Amino acid sequence: MTLADDSPRTVTAPAVPVPPDPTPPPVPRRRGPSLSRNRWGYAYVAPFFVVFGAFSLFPFLFTAWVSLHDARLSDIGGGTFVGLDNYAALLTNDFFWNALRNTITIGVLSTVPQLCLALGLAHLLHYKLRGRTFFRTLMLVPYATSIAAATLVFATLFGRDYGIINTALEAVGLDRIDWESGTLSSQVAIAVIVTWRWTGYNALIYLAAMQSIPGELYEAAEMDGASKWRQFLHVTIPSLRPTILFTVVVSTIGAVQLFGEPLLFGGNGATTGGARNQYQTLGLLMYQQGWTNFNIGQAATTAWAMFLIILAVVGSAALVGRYRARREGARR
Amino acid sequence: MTVRRRARAAAGATLALALLTTGCGGSDGGDDGDQITLTLGLYGTFGYEEAGLYEEYMDLHPEIRIEQSVVAQSGPYYQALQTRLAAGSGMADIQGIEIGFVSDVAANHADAFVDFAAEDNAEELESSYYDWKWDQASTDDGRVIGLGTDAGPQAMCYRQDLFAQAGLPTDPAAVSALWPTWDDYLATGQQYLASPTRQEGSAFVDSPNSVFAPAVRQGDTTYADEDGNPVVEDSDGVQSAWGLASQAAGDGLTARLAQFSDEWNAAFANGAFATIACPSWMLSYITSQLGDEGAGLWNIATLPGQSESGSTWGGSWLGVPSSGEHVEEATALAEWLTAPEQQVRMFTEQGFFPSSSVAAESPEVADAVSEYFSDAPIGQVFGEAAAAVRRTPISPYDTQIQDAFSAALTTVADGSRDPDQAYADALAAIEQITG
Repeated sequence: MTLADDSPRTVTAPAVPVPPDPTPPPVPRRRGPSLSRNRWGYAYVAPFFVVFGAFSLFPFLFTAWVSLHDARLSDIGGGTFVGLDNYAALLTNDFFWNALRNTITIGVLSTVPQLCLALGLAHLLHYKLRGRTFFRTLMLVPYATSIAAATLVFATLFGRDYGIINTALEAVGLDRIDWESGTLSSQVAIAVIVTWRWTGYNALIYLAAMQSIPGELYEAAEMDGASKWRQFLHVTIPSLRPTILFTVVVSTIGAVQLFGEPLLFGGNGATTGGARNQYQTLGLLMYQQGWTNFNIGQAATTAWAMFLIILAVVGSAALVGRYRARREGARR
Repeated sequence: MTVRRRARAAAGATLALALLTTGCGGSDGGDDGDQITLTLGLYGTFGYEEAGLYEEYMDLHPEIRIEQSVVAQSGPYYQALQTRLAAGSGMADIQGIEIGFVSDVAANHADAFVDFAAEDNAEELESSYYDWKWDQASTDDGRVIGLGTDAGPQAMCYRQDLFAQAGLPTDPAAVSALWPTWDDYLATGQQYLASPTRQEGSAFVDSPNSVFAPAVRQGDTTYADEDGNPVVEDSDGVQSAWGLASQAAGDGLTARLAQFSDEWNAAFANGAFATIACPSWMLSYITSQLGDEGAGLWNIATLPGQSESGSTWGGSWLGVPSSGEHVEEATALAEWLTAPEQQVRMFTEQGFFPSSSVAAESPEVADAVSEYFSDAPIGQVFGEAAAAVRRTPISPYDTQIQDAFSAALTTVADGSRDPDQAYADALAAIEQITG
């Protein structure tokens, strides 16, 4: 189904690329002989599973076990079994809800502009530009910069007394802002760091997806008299939908785990995320519980709560994807 | 105490480099196969390597080789030490122990360390220390888990030039006479703030923590009762220190800075504040922030309220894990490194103030003068401060509790909280720590 087959009126319909068929025909599974035949295959993949087991699966399960105990860091294997008490305490803990709220607001403040900017940038870079390889490479530079270095530079820029941003604000007649101590201002500042770092990365992903959109679509749209803007809205964006969903999921997971930026933004190594915890994220709260307060049972509980949140995000994204696929399948 | 951690971190990198270049300095003493290698696990900069103490010890004892491994900050160091204590293995022959966790080690892991109170020379050891220093590393049943290295007796540093500009006296004796008590100190702050000639934009004190941190240790109790259990609301030290510090913050006497933040570091060079609480180790911090240009700007006065009680901030111990292979040799080395003669050298060469009263009273220390700090008699100032310190119990949570108060005071200073709200915030945060 390409647009060329359709009547001009339906150019706007979301079309290509075709999402994978939601119900592929069952492939008969081979068992038995293949097992012994593939012995070397198992040997080859074994190292991965050994490493995965030691550094992912075991910590994962151990964290669950620790979260059921009242454990201190210096007695991590011991502690008294308290069942789900840690989880109950977490749900009534103001610091948890505060951190969750901060994580969500910083997440929205960073993810939305980040993806919008990335989409725009990708669109621009999709044109034939002089030196576009240079620009494309340039976009990855923030991504290649270490979080620590970037955050330290931004923290200096956002400094209250000697920061260049406040100097600039003052130069144009505006008031200085105490970026770090305000709630919204500190969260905006952190969102700026995240956005700066990830926009280029997402733009390249969008760009790659754009390059796989067949040129005929644009030709057809152009013949119908669609402007560049309308082409972007009605050809590019619908074609990118699966990619957009992917980047939303990945950015959201990143937002839930946000840690380095708020830790370093304060500039004095405190794990509180500001004097009023105004930019303490879930990741930072977990770190504070485990490695500042040495309450490792509580930290493990927070870690699991974060995992469940991410699971919910990925799960709902999968549902959205499936619903969309089914709807499109029905339309076809 | 966190502060101590960070002040030390500054020199961590240098130390690592020093390690690389001189790490095996004494290994040529003899290779007859009987050599014993002793390891030290430390954090920040203890300065032994730089002061040449390892080399000297290895010359005295050709059969001993000394190696140290250093973690830049005491926080991560302690995290690693805790997991090793939990596992019961992997420790060095000698481990550094900081004030922030000495009481945790004493309360929960005393069995893992050599008891210096049970040594033959225990009395001699004890008598060479300030009683509070010996006490802080003691358990309820009288074990002593570490030998003190340095200490952080506190004084009040002030900018002579800013004081002169604001019409205040600049002579240390006259300045000390301005503030026999903390209330007098705050009154001086008001006077400074009201001075028409005050340097524009300069505050009286860097942060509320410069009031809180010293004052909280001048009461009968700080954050713990006699049994080492955390007490906060019933502590006279906390109550008076909170009252004073929140007043300083609320009245706009502070430069609204969080100590050890980047802005705070920058503020040194910009003359943004006229006074700062000075534990002895703060001198080298100020020196490193200002460099040669800062010589003669600062001077040192007595800490407010010192006639009642002195105050300390920071300090470390050396402990010997009893599971080590060479416990006897390690104990001997720890005793030598912390002996008064070596503490004197650590002061004259590296600027660490002794925790040994014998060392502090020796002429090399007691008569010491700092040229950089306008010829202040630092040996005398800090010696008097250390002698005025009273024994007060400490708890495993002291560092975190102090950080919680310090953060709450920051919110008073920046106006986002009133003192009562901020106090409630601090209590809520402390409940997370001790609960």
